Amino acid sequence: MGVLVRIPTPLRRMTGGLDKVEMVESNLVDMIDNLESSYPGVKERLIDENGELRYFVNIYVNGEDVRFMDGLSTSTKSGDEISIVPAVAGGLGLY
Amino acid sequence: MPFVSGLKCRECSREYPAEALNVCDFCFGPLEVEYDYDTISEVISADRISKGPLSIWRYQDLLPASGENPVDIMAGYTPLLKAPNLGKRLGLNNLYIKNDSVNPSFSFKDRVVSVAATKAVEFGFETLACASTGNLACSVAAHAARAGIRSVVFIPSDLERGKVIGAAIYGPTMVAVDGTYDEVNRLCSEVGDNYPWAFVNINMRAYYAEGSKTLGYEVAEQLGWRLPEHVVVPSASGAMFTKIWKGFNELACLGLLDGVAAMSFGPDQNTVHHPAVTTRMHMAQAEGCSPIVTAWKEGQTQVKPVRPNSIAKSLAIGNPADGIYALRVINKSGGSGNTVPESDVVDGIKLLAETEGVFTETAGGVVISALKQLAESGAIKPDELTVAYITGNGLKTQEAVEGVVNPLMVKPTLSSFEEALSERTAIRR
Repeated sequence: MGVLVRIPTPLRRMTGGLDKVEMVESNLVDMIDNLESSYPGVKERLIDENGELRYFVNIYVNGEDVRFMDGLSTSTKSGDEISIVPAVAGGLGLY
Repeated sequence: MPFVSGLKCRECSREYPAEALNVCDFCFGPLEVEYDYDTISEVISADRISKGPLSIWRYQDLLPASGENPVDIMAGYTPLLKAPNLGKRLGLNNLYIKNDSVNPSFSFKDRVVSVAATKAVEFGFETLACASTGNLACSVAAHAARAGIRSVVFIPSDLERGKVIGAAIYGPTMVAVDGTYDEVNRLCSEVGDNYPWAFVNINMRAYYAEGSKTLGYEVAEQLGWRLPEHVVVPSASGAMFTKIWKGFNELACLGLLDGVAAMSFGPDQNTVHHPAVTTRMHMAQAEGCSPIVTAWKEGQTQVKPVRPNSIAKSLAIGNPADGIYALRVINKSGGSGNTVPESDVVDGIKLLAETEGVFTETAGGVVISALKQLAESGAIKPDELTVAYITGNGLKTQEAVEGVVNPLMVKPTLSSFEEALSERTAIRR
């Protein structure tokens, strides 16, 4: 069992519509690199040119904002749940 | 029909159609409503506004939803009260209170929700939802009841009773979340990704936030189409703060202010600044949750999230969505950021009640205490025209001021009354 990553609406075009994906446990930098190799284009949406998490992106590990943890160095372990959430929050529109 | 031309990312300027979107697909930046101001300027006038309904819908030309059949429980057009007694206490001779605590569900949230609910019905949504620190839940449930649609309101489980009951009475599905507002908000953004609901402050946010502009329009209209020299405004997400400023600048650019020439909005509608708008925008936050003011005091351009611990629960947003934009408005307007010690919040509530007969919630206590600081420091001079925004009603946060209850306990006889009265030496016949 790896970690479960919840994908927000704006990124689902890149994940072929998947709203969650399983990844191996690692730290968040590696996780985002792994996401990028499976779903090209994801990384530049999350990380700015200085390698920092974009201002309008929040990442939570088991509900905890990683800005209160070790940021992108935060490590994850098997069974963790990771949520990527736009800071101003998302939304589906109408089905 | 509203004069909306589309949505535009505030960060990267990518354009989107006017749909139920609020986040840029590319950079996750917030989307803002774009207007066709050329057409608006052809129809709008002070006279046309003055003949409109006595609600926010008198400004329908500048709102992003159709005013033909709005979800309207008469939000807005609240009193602008001259405040000579409070002014005397603070050394301010030209002070007004914008008393928005008397809206239909007793907070300014009715302004934004009326717009969001109208838009949600236009889009065909059948459920109105929100993440709330309390006041918003009351307003969403009330407007959904009026519109005849379902509401689902998410609140932190430790909210004041007055807000919980004030929302529950309208019959929403209420979800009490064991967590802070920021956690409620995160949960809702994930719920919003999976349910076809109109979350007023998530997927309706671009439209919703525009409703706060009416707090700017109304003060200008009530002052005879002129702007105050100072405003003191409470801030949580920072959205209302930025929209009051936007409202002032729209009025100026459209030539609606007395003696002010119209000006083009230019390519960036949301940051336009008409030079005639010289109002200083002063932000008020409580010490237990002041991420935007802290960033301003430290000279930062970004806002660092905090964990809230404040009795001003309606302002307890630790990760404010519009924080950086509010920060820019403070700086651009020559205003200031003010933190109020938690212990001064109740003093502010009492001061306003005892001097002007207005009972506000904790957020209003924060505003009055910040106003006091600004008067004492000389940042606001005695004769400068100042408006303090009071955005929520005291009956919703009664827990904060329970200590004021100390009646004379008497038997139903004159002697018992006179005995008790004489024991209170402060009370004279």
